[in-house]
Amino acid sequence: MNSSKKMVNPRNAYGEALVELGGEYKNLVVLDADLSKSTKTIMFARKYPERFFEMGIAEANMISAAAGFASCGKIPFASTFAVFATGRVYDQIRMDIAYSNANVKIFATHGGISVGKDGASHQMIEDLALMRVLPNMTVIAPSDATQTKKIVHLMAETYGPMYARVGRADAPLIYTTGDVENIKIGKGIVVEDGADITFIATGTMVEPALEARKNLLKQGIEASVIDMHTVKPLDTSLVLKYAKQTNGIITAEEHSVIGGLGAAVAETLTEKNVSTKFLRMGIKDKFCESGDPADLLEKYELNSKHMVRKAKKLLKK
Amino acid sequence: MKDLSEKKLRQLELMAVKIRKHIIEMLYKAKSGHPGGSLSAVEALVALYFVHMRHNPKNPSDPDRDRFILSKGHAAPALYAVLAECGYFPVEELEKLREINSMLQGHPVCKCTPGVEASTGSLGHGLSFANGVALAGRLDKKDYNVYVMLGDGETDEGQVWEAASVASHYKLDNLVGMIDRNFLQIDGRTEDVLKLESVRDRWTAFGWYTIEIDGHDIQEILDALNEANSHKNQPTMIILNTVKGKGVSFMENNVDFHGVPPNEMERNLAIEELTLVEKKLEAML
Ligand SMILES: Cc1ncc(C[n+]2csc(CCOP(=O)(O)OP(=O)(O)O)c2C)c(N)n1
Ligand SMILES: [Mg+2]
Repeated sequence: MNSSKKMVNPRNAYGEALVELGGEYKNLVVLDADLSKSTKTIMFARKYPERFFEMGIAEANMISAAAGFASCGKIPFASTFAVFATGRVYDQIRMDIAYSNANVKIFATHGGISVGKDGASHQMIEDLALMRVLPNMTVIAPSDATQTKKIVHLMAETYGPMYARVGRADAPLIYTTGDVENIKIGKGIVVEDGADITFIATGTMVEPALEARKNLLKQGIEASVIDMHTVKPLDTSLVLKYAKQTNGIITAEEHSVIGGLGAAVAETLTEKNVSTKFLRMGIKDKFCESGDPADLLEKYELNSKHMVRKAKKLLKK
Repeated sequence: MKDLSEKKLRQLELMAVKIRKHIIEMLYKAKSGHPGGSLSAVEALVALYFVHMRHNPKNPSDPDRDRFILSKGHAAPALYAVLAECGYFPVEELEKLREINSMLQGHPVCKCTPGVEASTGSLGHGLSFANGVALAGRLDKKDYNVYVMLGDGETDEGQVWEAASVASHYKLDNLVGMIDRNFLQIDGRTEDVLKLESVRDRWTAFGWYTIEIDGHDIQEILDALNEANSHKNQPTMIILNTVKGKGVSFMENNVDFHGVPPNEMERNLAIEELTLVEKKLEAML
């Protein structure tokens, strides 16, 4: 990871954003399932105790209750770890939020394998897929704290069912507040432009892609890096543009290669008959394990080193 | 059953201290994990594995074995330490808790660790799983018993109450539940997060036979387990009144030690305290 960048935890950015929004939106309510210290909804709870609802370790109930709030014109943000915010409560999300097109915002933390030592039970690598397959659902994975804060504001401003997930760990700051001022849900960001190959990354994988770009540059390979914070709706025109204008696409996500960003990009390319060199980086259809986050990302091939290696290999194909 | 001899009881208490020392060392080494709920569960695990349950560490898949399911999977360090001391795997493995390529995952994984019956860590599943094991035992005309331990906060989960209904509907008297009633979860006291009282009345209302005891008194636990086994036509829930962080003064009743491991100073202090107790017990032998 790039040591020159300041490390900030996106979870804190979420908590701060909620506090900011609480003043602006009197109808914003926050629900949590006994993890408010980890998800940082505790920051909102302290400022607006009357609009914070501790729901206990009962996630399914929390999700349906959030939908009830939304039916009365509230903007509920419901938070817990990504495993419990999606898989555990899938039917509640499907019926009460997606099917009903309810204005519920699910904000999950602890997504991906960089959760680390808690192990596979807590490493959510299927959430983007589960949420992407639901009609009406918007799916977002912000890449740094600055972007997270902006995304949370956009979630509150925009009507509709939305799911966003961040990781557990501190993350290098990629953007300034000015950088994210004009970002839009559903529009990818070209962070770096290069003619040879394109990394389309989401969430925690954007920073390693930028790092990989730097290393590739030293070897004479120019890579574009797209921050695809919104996995659904996917910015298909941006995908197609870079598929045509560079010699290959690598997607990267802290998620299964099945059903998430890589799958969405593959579907787009295939349906539009765009033939390009293509590779999905992600977890290859397996459960991972406990371990130090950096060790896990190395073992499961999800760091900048592996991105460089795979980019070179793909271009040689 | 008649009381254990004083000597045997002291030996079990010594084992409990030994398990607590393992827990502290494991979490210190792993630099992560859950001390509070591991420490509160120790006596129950010692009573089950070192006296009460029919099991064979040399044959973890013996079809006639009694089963124990740790529904509150975050207390894995306590279970691992007990399994190691029973001989399911070498004690040295404990040092590798939560490391990459280790058989000891952060939360229990059944295909990974000898003696672990169910993969847990997502709260609320264990009692349902235990229902399946108990019903299968009945179907196969086996006489094994099924034991399952839940956290008190864990019983916030609706699934626990679905399982409670099923167990009483099927009169699962080969199933014994235990609630680690330490009055704490993550966001604070159970009664502040989501009121649970009266825990005992709830289980009674769901058709369970209930026993409430001091969860750190091994003799009381053994008596309760025997009472549960001999109670027919109903599942039994044993409410273990416990102290989260038990045995380490600064962790006791301290919600901050739910999921934070001891640092070096805290580890030294904890080991010092536990060693004192150990010495005292040894002197009584
Ligand atoms: C379904 C689910 N939701 C949330 C969590 C996160 N979590 C881990 S432990 C815990 C608190 C458990 O409290 P309790 O059951 O009282 O356990 P103990 O006090 O014995 O540690 C929570 C919320 C989880 N593991 N599973
Ligand atoms: Mg508890």
